Amino acid sequence: MSTPASPSVMSALSPRDTAESRDRRAELAEIDESTSGTVLLFFLAGMAWLLIGTLFALIASYKLHSPEFLNQYAWLTFGRIRTAHLNAVIFGFSAEVAVGVVLWLMCRLCRVPLMAQSVINAAAIFWNVGLVIGIGGILRGDTTGIEYLELPKYATPILFVAFALIAVWTIVVFRFRRERHLYVSQWYILAAVLWFPWLYSTAQLLLVLEPARGTVQAAVNWWFGHNVLGLWFTPIGLAAIYYFLPKVIGRPIHSYYLSVLGFWTLALFYNWNGFHHLVGGPFPAWMITISIVASVMMVIPVVSTAINHHFTMVGHFGKLKYSPTLRFIVFGAVSYTISSLQGVLSSVRWFSEVAHFTHHTVAHAHWGMYAFFTMTMFGSMYYILPRITQREWPSERLISLHFWCTALGIILYVVPLSYGGWLQGKAMLNATTPFLEVVQGTLPWLKIRTVSGLLLALGHVAFFANLIWLLARRFGPYRQPEPMILAGVTPAAPVGK
Amino acid sequence: MNYGPLLFLGILFTLAGSWFGLVLMPNRQLGDLQPHVNTNTAAIYPQPIPGEAAQGREVYRSLGCNYCHTQQVRPDGFGSDIQRGWGKRRSVARDYIYQKPVMLGSSRTGPDLTNIGERQPSYDWHFTHLYNPQTTSKGSIMPSYAYLFDVRKIGYGGASTNALKLSGDFSPGPGFEVVPKPEAVQLVEYLRSLKSSVELPEAPLPKAE
Ligand code: HEC
Repeated sequence: MSTPASPSVMSALSPRDTAESRDRRAELAEIDESTSGTVLLFFLAGMAWLLIGTLFALIASYKLHSPEFLNQYAWLTFGRIRTAHLNAVIFGFSAEVAVGVVLWLMCRLCRVPLMAQSVINAAAIFWNVGLVIGIGGILRGDTTGIEYLELPKYATPILFVAFALIAVWTIVVFRFRRERHLYVSQWYILAAVLWFPWLYSTAQLLLVLEPARGTVQAAVNWWFGHNVLGLWFTPIGLAAIYYFLPKVIGRPIHSYYLSVLGFWTLALFYNWNGFHHLVGGPFPAWMITISIVASVMMVIPVVSTAINHHFTMVGHFGKLKYSPTLRFIVFGAVSYTISSLQGVLSSVRWFSEVAHFTHHTVAHAHWGMYAFFTMTMFGSMYYILPRITQREWPSERLISLHFWCTALGIILYVVPLSYGGWLQGKAMLNATTPFLEVVQGTLPWLKIRTVSGLLLALGHVAFFANLIWLLARRFGPYRQPEPMILAGVTPAAPVGK
Repeated sequence: MNYGPLLFLGILFTLAGSWFGLVLMPNRQLGDLQPHVNTNTAAIYPQPIPGEAAQGREVYRSLGCNYCHTQQVRPDGFGSDIQRGWGKRRSVARDYIYQKPVMLGSSRTGPDLTNIGERQPSYDWHFTHLYNPQTTSKGSIMPSYAYLFDVRKIGYGGASTNALKLSGDFSPGPGFEVVPKPEAVQLVEYLRSLKSSVELPEAPLPKAE
């Protein structure tokens, strides 16, 4: 950075800029730099999976209203391509970007550089090799047939090793933290990396390696399936929101106590929710009831978190105009509240009687995984990437295109399909409506879904193009020296060098 | 909350709760369910499905039929499963004790198949439907599984006995015939084996009128 004597761009813009705060920033830049290669690796691999997963999604979506499309090959059949889509976007895109965000956040918040990057890079490679083998296996027909755990058993041990490395590394960073204060985001991240291996190993053991008897499998399946969302993606999404929201608007989280309340009630209740997927199924009543009660209790963490985020934002909504990070993160935060409350509603018996087994559930899953989680991850990447590459995003237009395509796209996905799914459920409840008539009734909604998928795809391509452009500026032949923020103001030496 | 170990323990204990409650407890209650022996007829239910049907089950899983079809009948008064004729009684845990993996399904883009073997025992129907669902169910969105069939020239001996009876747009053209591959036969054997309307103490059949 420039010497204290000559006022830097930073100090001109921020009067609180002191020698100490500059040291702090230099330290952060150093930490960011240490994570740079690894985080980039996870982000890029994740984005590649996003594009692949989107392509699979478009094919699956189109097939559902026009079944003659690409129906001559077994590997492209709906049952396989849909499953390949799910695994590509969950374990490829979402999980990898999540790991990138987790590592970056954890190092920053603990104020320690990432150690022995090669080990964690190896984990990234393992993870992707495992996924290529696994998703290839699904397309070949080797799926386990268990929802959310379809990756064949010759692929999962590789994934497990990779994940264990990631979890251990995150905990090691935490163990050697130099910052004694623990921030909310760290609670969530620590929880996520401890919970996931437990979930995954239990599920693999009781479902794939040594299957439990009969419907116990379905129980374990949904205990796992719901908790992947609840105890892995949700905490990481919330960790990101808790970090970036206050960071971008420059003011602390509204209430520490609400954060604590939100965290512990989520930890207590979320993991009991899974059996609401089994309402009406072949299980003793207590199992279902316990999950419905826990699902309703989720109102507490969801509402306390929503209030906390809202009051942090109040008075700063104008900043949405300028910060892409904030836009995506706020979109994600609001979606978290809506989708969770909608989830509470879906778990209740009278609602479930109609909506269960319909496209309503699919729409709900996308509220959670896309509108909340994916948008939050996009927002995080907008913040992190310039800091680890020391380049500003090249195109504002592409950012806008990305935001509007994905924001409008996911609304166009979720709202009509939720409604269409509800109508489908209503029609199915009326036993005198012939089944084919129920099927015909879903077609318009399924077609709208394909349109929304095209919008989302366009958004993803825009983001990817911007990302490649950014990397070209950093690593390409025409690399430009440029400060990491405020392009167009006086150029200064790159931060952290 | 600046005390790491406490956080750590809290995180582990919370998940331990549901691991105990939603994994171990169901396993204790349902994990060693035995088949039911009817005291009058000595009939045992359920029974493992025979070999060819079991292979067909693998075809079912491999092609992902379970993403459009459930295999669970909800109880009378909750949904219209029984009124739709998808089963005479609700499904209970005992119905599934031999299944690996259990494919309850979570989506009813297509009808429930718990009792498809009772509802639709015809080989011909299943073969033509799988070859192209439009043959039997115009407007269906179920994909065609034509790759489970061979289209071949009719030999000197005349059409094969197992050739599909296809007409109009669906017929493979003069001089050709469509015959099921082994996978298709296995799959249909599996579908035909799907029956669960044996009375159980925990799932009585509705009284006959
Ligand atoms: C894209 C969703 C979808 C997939 C995948 C699918 N089906 Fe279907 N299936 C349907 C729909 C819709 C119907 C109702 C219309 C019809 O009869 O085709 C149906 C009907 C059926 C029926 C007749 C049910 C009845 O009550 O008459 C059977 C049997 C069947 N499917 C078997 C299968 C098998 C076996 C597979 C996998 C090889 C499969 N389906 C895959 C959507 C699907």
